[in-house]
Amino acid sequence: MAGVPDQRNNGSRAEGGLATDPDLPPPAVDQALLDAEDRKWTPGKVALWAAIALLGGVAWFMLAIVRGETVNAIWFVFASVCTYLIGYRFYSKVIERYITKPDDRRATPAEYKADGKDYVRTDRNVLFGHHFAAIAGAGPLVGPVIAAQMGYLPGTIWIIIGVVLAGAVQDYLVLFFSMRRGGRSLGQMAREELGVIGGTAALIATLLIMVIIVAILALVVVNALGESPWGVFSVGMTIPIALFMGVYLRYLRPGKVMEVSIIGFVLLMAAIIGGGAVAGTEWGAAFFHLDKVTIAWGLLIYGFIAAILPVWLLLAPRDYLSTFMKIGVIVMLALAIIVVRPEITVPAFSEFASRENGPVLSGALFPFLFVTIACGALSGFHALISSGTTPKLIEKERQTRFIGYGGMLMESFVAIMALVAAISIDRGIYFAMNAPTALTGGTVETAAQWVNSLGLAGVNITPDVLAQTAKDVGEQSIVSRSGGAPTLAVGLAHIMQQFIGGTAMMAFWYHFAIMFEALFILTAVDAGTRVARFMLQDSIGNFVPKFKEASWRPGAWLCTAVMVAAWGAVLLMGVTDPLGGINTLFPLFGIANQLLAAIALAVCLAIVAKRGTFKYLWIVALPLAFAAVVTITASYQKIFSSTPAVGYFANNAAFSKALADGKKEFGTAKSVAAMEAVVRNTAIQGWLSVIFVVLSIIVIVTAVLATVKAFRDRSAGTATTDNEDPALPSRVFAPAGLVPTTAERELATEWGKVPADARLERAGH
Amino acid sequence: MSAGIALVANGFRGFARYLGAVMGADAYAKYLEHHRAAGHQEVPLSEREFWRDRTDRQDSNPQGRCC
Repeated sequence: MAGVPDQRNNGSRAEGGLATDPDLPPPAVDQALLDAEDRKWTPGKVALWAAIALLGGVAWFMLAIVRGETVNAIWFVFASVCTYLIGYRFYSKVIERYITKPDDRRATPAEYKADGKDYVRTDRNVLFGHHFAAIAGAGPLVGPVIAAQMGYLPGTIWIIIGVVLAGAVQDYLVLFFSMRRGGRSLGQMAREELGVIGGTAALIATLLIMVIIVAILALVVVNALGESPWGVFSVGMTIPIALFMGVYLRYLRPGKVMEVSIIGFVLLMAAIIGGGAVAGTEWGAAFFHLDKVTIAWGLLIYGFIAAILPVWLLLAPRDYLSTFMKIGVIVMLALAIIVVRPEITVPAFSEFASRENGPVLSGALFPFLFVTIACGALSGFHALISSGTTPKLIEKERQTRFIGYGGMLMESFVAIMALVAAISIDRGIYFAMNAPTALTGGTVETAAQWVNSLGLAGVNITPDVLAQTAKDVGEQSIVSRSGGAPTLAVGLAHIMQQFIGGTAMMAFWYHFAIMFEALFILTAVDAGTRVARFMLQDSIGNFVPKFKEASWRPGAWLCTAVMVAAWGAVLLMGVTDPLGGINTLFPLFGIANQLLAAIALAVCLAIVAKRGTFKYLWIVALPLAFAAVVTITASYQKIFSSTPAVGYFANNAAFSKALADGKKEFGTAKSVAAMEAVVRNTAIQGWLSVIFVVLSIIVIVTAVLATVKAFRDRSAGTATTDNEDPALPSRVFAPAGLVPTTAERELATEWGKVPADARLERAGH
Repeated sequence: MSAGIALVANGFRGFARYLGAVMGADAYAKYLEHHRAAGHQEVPLSEREFWRDRTDRQDSNPQGRCC
């Protein structure tokens, strides 16, 4: 096998000379055999793919063309799953064939750097779950809910098509290229491929983006827990539960991860049920009834302490709990939607799809829908995961398609289910929950009156319905509970109670949903603060070397404090914002996330060009161009739009003028202090947008320059530098996808006959 | 009937094992396997030492968690 000619290799590396061990079976299925398997269309296979295409087509037809009174949720499942299957089977194969060109004869970092700890060959199906748990969190559960204001169709199309052509492409490419570089981070790759300027801009942008993302995730939690004694109690209980689990794993029974996770899960359920009882008592309701500002401060202090505590005490056990919940919740949600199949009454395009002054999210469909739904369609944050742990665990190169591309499809499916859950509730309730207090007035009467005054088709809500819904889910009020999480929780409770438990269980399901969203977010806040702190320490370390020492406490604490202060300031700004916080800040979250995606794709573009693949460069250029256009347009509008609801500076100018005119209240700001807050907030948000977009443009420009240079070098015959690790022969084999092909199965059997001790080289390192 | 129960039990065990692996519960077993395969001479870490080392290394090498 060692001498198999590699037709696809375009000669940037002498891979043909990779000498695999002649005493072992080949570590890769023969390329010709792979091609033959791909091209062999048996009647059964043709029928299967025809059926998938047909079902997907019918589902899309039902969603997009047929306009009945209602549409059944099952069509969302069929449309998405069929499209994912087709995208995975056909489009990701094109990427594999023409861009990544994996070679299973090459050892992966998990093989040639194996240390039994960080670099460990991991079964592909396990790694799929692991990678999915690392990329999926609260993001895909929140964005689609907010975007549901525009109707279900724009969000659905963007989530499904976006993931196939953009999001999954990014995850796959970053994972593959990082794997080829021994698991290097996105920041390191940017520096190598784009040079000092591009690399530094990418690093600063990443750091800032992380601050924004953590802040806005924290804002979602604060909004969900504000004035909710039950939620505060049960989410607060996760801290002692995690501490207990940490001590258990460290001192009592080390390594019993499953056991402690089950104990933790049981305690968590007890905390949710107990929360209802506690909130029902007078002292409980009084003690745990906290306003949003208090919760925000609590979260800030918590974030600082959590980030300086040792990992084993809080972060690691909560991570186990969060993973456990994540897999469980997603399986449960999928089952519930398939079993219950709720009827959706939300129109495909709502009245707000063509306007830019929607109450939940301001701005026109283009570009703001595409930044509101980031996670689930295209999420730049994933590039940090795909260039982190996962590439160090991959067993075989060809598995990157299943894990990188497939993992992201799975996250997209979560986003679709969140969308379905959110739109299964009455539209009147949706708007009453998601509009800021400034519009709804905060009481059920004013909220019902405001919603009815919107003149939405088929919406006629009474104060009683709002009061009853709040009572059903065990909350004092559901009016203006913006941020997405409470709406999703109501939707989920609505679906789940039809599946298990009936109306009596609604309050439990609601708080269960709030609990897992809070759990995901708190883990992300914790880990985000830590990662950001290390990035800051590393950057300062270039000037003051002492800061590079991770164990130097003062440096670690100082950098943690700086990062917490940074996201805390944005969080407090959002919580106290007279304009409603989430409406103004959420676009910044999406823009930040997608700018990171643009940076990651720009790095990939440069790498692909340097590998000499110009004909298929469009596969990377297409999502990059889209992300760049969307985010730059959104930033441009946020900075320059003259509509105060959209433009930060327009709003700033309007409020400044009002203050100068000596007005005592203006718009939704009811006092001079509130008006001053608006002036301050809009200035900060505006300048943040400016910094983001400038940094990202620098990165994209340097990537395009690197691409052009690679093209010139190739035309001139100059050798391009390649930053991949040297190719080493692999001594293991494993199939590439979920189901092994015939050829893979045969080869695996052959490998099964090799005695275990003959497989790996004995390297006494 | 009992065959059916055995099937369900097997399926459940398989799922539990998968979930455990996704969470990294088998990390120590994999470490021992690597240690053996690589032919190291020194004694491998004990289970307690291994898990301590694992979380302590995460202190200085944090892993991101996505949104």
